[in-house]
Amino acid sequence: MGKESILEIKNIRKSFKDHEVLKNVSLNVDRGEVVSIIGPSGSGKSTILRCATLLERMDGGTLKYKGDIAASDESGTMVYADRNELKRIRRCFGLVFQSFNLFPHYTVLKNIVEPVVLSGQCDADEAKERAMGLLERLGLEEKAEAYPGKLSGGQKQRVSIARALAMKPEILFFDEPTSALDPELTGEVLKVIKSLAAEHMTMVIVTHEMKFAREVSDRVIFLENGEIHSQGTSEELFASDNERLNAFIGKLEQR
Amino acid sequence: MAQWWAGVSETFARCFINEGRYKLLISGIGVTIKVSLLAIVLGMVIGFLIALCNLSKKKPLKIIGKVYTDVIRGTPSVTQLMIIYFVVFATINWAKWIIAAIAFGINSGAYVSEIIRAGILSIDRGQTEAGRSLGLTAKQTMMYIVIPQAVKNIFPAMGNEFITLIKETAIVGYVGLMDIQKAGDFIKSATYEAFMPLVGTAIIYFVLIKLLTIALTKYEAYLRKSEKR
Repeated sequence: MGKESILEIKNIRKSFKDHEVLKNVSLNVDRGEVVSIIGPSGSGKSTILRCATLLERMDGGTLKYKGDIAASDESGTMVYADRNELKRIRRCFGLVFQSFNLFPHYTVLKNIVEPVVLSGQCDADEAKERAMGLLERLGLEEKAEAYPGKLSGGQKQRVSIARALAMKPEILFFDEPTSALDPELTGEVLKVIKSLAAEHMTMVIVTHEMKFAREVSDRVIFLENGEIHSQGTSEELFASDNERLNAFIGKLEQR
Repeated sequence: MAQWWAGVSETFARCFINEGRYKLLISGIGVTIKVSLLAIVLGMVIGFLIALCNLSKKKPLKIIGKVYTDVIRGTPSVTQLMIIYFVVFATINWAKWIIAAIAFGINSGAYVSEIIRAGILSIDRGQTEAGRSLGLTAKQTMMYIVIPQAVKNIFPAMGNEFITLIKETAIVGYVGLMDIQKAGDFIKSATYEAFMPLVGTAIIYFVLIKLLTIALTKYEAYLRKSEKR
């Protein structure tokens, strides 16, 4: 006991046309846990996050946040919770995109403040205070009034992390947060994620950064062809003698 | 040379000065502007609604949007104007220019809706996804994230539509309104002169549209200033 389940994914399935991207994937994440999902391109890593964050409708399976059902096929057909319930559930999680998706027409500060205010979490002053606190923490307070177009990739991604954190999510998803960055900029973003891990932020990270996954994760999941090939603590997984897994890890570490 | 000049100025006076004919053109400019402005506003409102219909996931709305755009784009605007004026509003006693503006607004709405639809679709899906994942409702995402960005992309095409619309109004003579075109035509008939009244009409339209183009370009530059992608 003592563990509180934040995310519960059971047997989710998802196809795009004839292509089955996810086949019966299950994943549980407890409070404070950091889970990395690794695997080759097209293995369905991002699709898991997109289903979990309700951006993609799943074809089957159950999705629960803190025990509340967001979607379930237990009745035989896929049923999503009603709009109000989903709205409430959306507050549980945050998502950091590979391509940042900052709002180009808003300043950095407004990017962070506006969603907090629009979703009715708190008033503008409090949201601003929260945002400035986060920017300061991420070393971006000087960029508060800048537009996203003026930032480097690493700065953009840090802003988007701040934007997600400002919503005070219970769990934060990262969809390949460094894949769109120049190699010399990945460090600053990974550092931020590591500092969040040190504070026991619950996170699910899809990544190609093996060294990082190994260092930061409590648990690593290796996904292949829409199925969980193997999973375990990072020690277990990276020490595994499984041929397929080693081939994959080895290939990436040599880069 | 002097004789030629005297001839020209005599024709000019006959076309534009005598019997206060310039007044016809000036009031024509007023009519054209009135009809165009109201039509632009109506066209934008209708266009926005139709665009939402076209983008909607609900089947009946989609059909309404599709039929509207199809019918309007598939028939000449003169025909539409005459149907609105002589059939739809036949028994309603509104000012002529308002009825004409409604007809042009309905016409323009079909084109505007396509412009708006394309503009909304031009915004990266990631923007909507970011909005939704940050707890905004679909409506909020549309209003605060997608549309403000779409407006900038839409602007040049919308400017073109305004210009087209102003020139289209040159057919309001068909329902008895005296706009610039009709005024020029009237002078032509009254003076048996074709060159000056018609070229004069062309110059007036050209200047009006040139002024509008300058204003639009300035405003677009202003809009772009905040975009530092």
